[in-house]
Amino acid sequence: MKRRFTTIAVIALACGTAACGADTSDAGGGPSGSSTASGGSKITVYAAASLKSTFEHLGQSFEKAHDGTTVEFNFAGSSDLVSQIKGGAPADVFASADEKNMTKLTADKLHGSDPKVFATNTLEIATPPDNPAGVTSLKDLADKDITLVVCAPEVPCGAATGKVAKAAGITLSPDSEEQSVTDVLGKVKSGEADAGLVYVTDVIGAGDAVKGIEFPESTAVTNRYPIATVAVSRNAALGQQFVDLVLSDEGQKVLADAGFGRP
Amino acid sequence: MGSTVPRISRRPSHLDPPRVGVPRWIFLPALAGAAFVLLPLVGILSRVEWGNFAELITSDASRQALLLSLKTSSLSTLACIVLGVPMAVVLARTRFPGQGLLRSLVLLPLVLPPVVGGIALLYTFGRRGLLGHTLDVLGLQIAFSTAAVVMAQTFVALPFLVVSLEGALRTAGRQYEVVAASLGARPTTVFRRVTIPLVLPGLLSGAVLSFARSLGEFGATITFAGSLQGTTRTLPLEIYLQREVNADAAVALSLVLVVVAVLVIGLARQGRTSL
Repeated sequence: MKRRFTTIAVIALACGTAACGADTSDAGGGPSGSSTASGGSKITVYAAASLKSTFEHLGQSFEKAHDGTTVEFNFAGSSDLVSQIKGGAPADVFASADEKNMTKLTADKLHGSDPKVFATNTLEIATPPDNPAGVTSLKDLADKDITLVVCAPEVPCGAATGKVAKAAGITLSPDSEEQSVTDVLGKVKSGEADAGLVYVTDVIGAGDAVKGIEFPESTAVTNRYPIATVAVSRNAALGQQFVDLVLSDEGQKVLADAGFGRP
Repeated sequence: MGSTVPRISRRPSHLDPPRVGVPRWIFLPALAGAAFVLLPLVGILSRVEWGNFAELITSDASRQALLLSLKTSSLSTLACIVLGVPMAVVLARTRFPGQGLLRSLVLLPLVLPPVVGGIALLYTFGRRGLLGHTLDVLGLQIAFSTAAVVMAQTFVALPFLVVSLEGALRTAGRQYEVVAASLGARPTTVFRRVTIPLVLPGLLSGAVLSFARSLGEFGATITFAGSLQGTTRTLPLEIYLQREVNADAAVALSLVLVVVAVLVIGLARQGRTSL
């Protein structure tokens, strides 16, 4: 019995205190995307989770244009990515969802090229498709009877939520403050929440699973997405070419199609 | 030994178990394993900002998170005992078709990623889940409440209690129960006066494991219960959130969680040896 106890204790603690499963959501992160080709050159792009579909698209056209080159992606929360790069992760390019996290990189002189803003994003209300609480405006969200889910003030989308509410002069009383915008979207999609505040691009990306409601106060806060090469890059020239692709007309079109605003 | 003739009272020496040592090389991987587990703890300790440690762990958010964690873990341990003891008894003491399959299914949360557990709970007890409508009619709103946290913790911790207790029940055997029954004790009396006292150490260690697992629960909680200070944001969720803005606070709180977990395991071992 003692041995059994100890074995289970180890499992319990390993699982428990390490918060297992945490990384299976959206925060985690080994590189994903294209596999490594033997031979040809390779760049690794660290990009904010909200850029997943657009950057994967651009990665494919980059590989087509540069024969024998592979682009690997690591999509996660911007602050997670910065910590990883600071910890010595082999990134060639970093695209952040806000300027604050890019500043963390430049403050430590870990950037290669100077950061350039390549896209913007604003907030939008998301509700389940049938909009059970009949939400029509930002002011409706101040109603305590509505089950509201937002991002925690500690993460970029939550900071934006706070500013928008302040600009509109309302007080939100959320039922949950989630870790990331994907978590908010998940709670709305499952119908658990009546409404959530997410980015315009998330609403477009979710398709029919949620209903988006624009509100005029959203213009008070615009998230700006900067991109730069990373100092430790072994392939800075190729990394710069990827940055150029994102800033090019082709890149801007892909981003605009996904709902991103122009810088 | 040598020339001395063994005495009659002594058992013949060939029945004595020979002393078997462990091969020396086995210490190397054993040591490596121990280092692998213990070094990360040293890693945490090396990053703690001792200067403002007290300040970091006594902030409003930290205190509320710790209290909520202790409260919900206690409640879910209680729930594990109420539900798990009967489950273990049925699994260990009865036989019915499909029992093996049922046992495997009941133990599923042990191997399931907690996030999957959270999703499963959401689609069962959530507003649009299997039982959502029924709960709604009864006026129960589980999502985003402390009750949801307790449910998530109970879901992942229950198998630990069932496994421990079922093992204890099988090891204890049925002899004492049979004797009690033959002396005229009714099943409930046998259960209360014989079975439970007999497996009390197993029950205790199972309860402690459930508590420890509940304390560390993260994935199912964040998926099913959400995260709001004082209501659903337990210590692991607070640590994960603090990582975004204040790495020092995250490290300090991690240490608190490690200390609480070590205390719980230590107390349990103490309790077991004294029982």
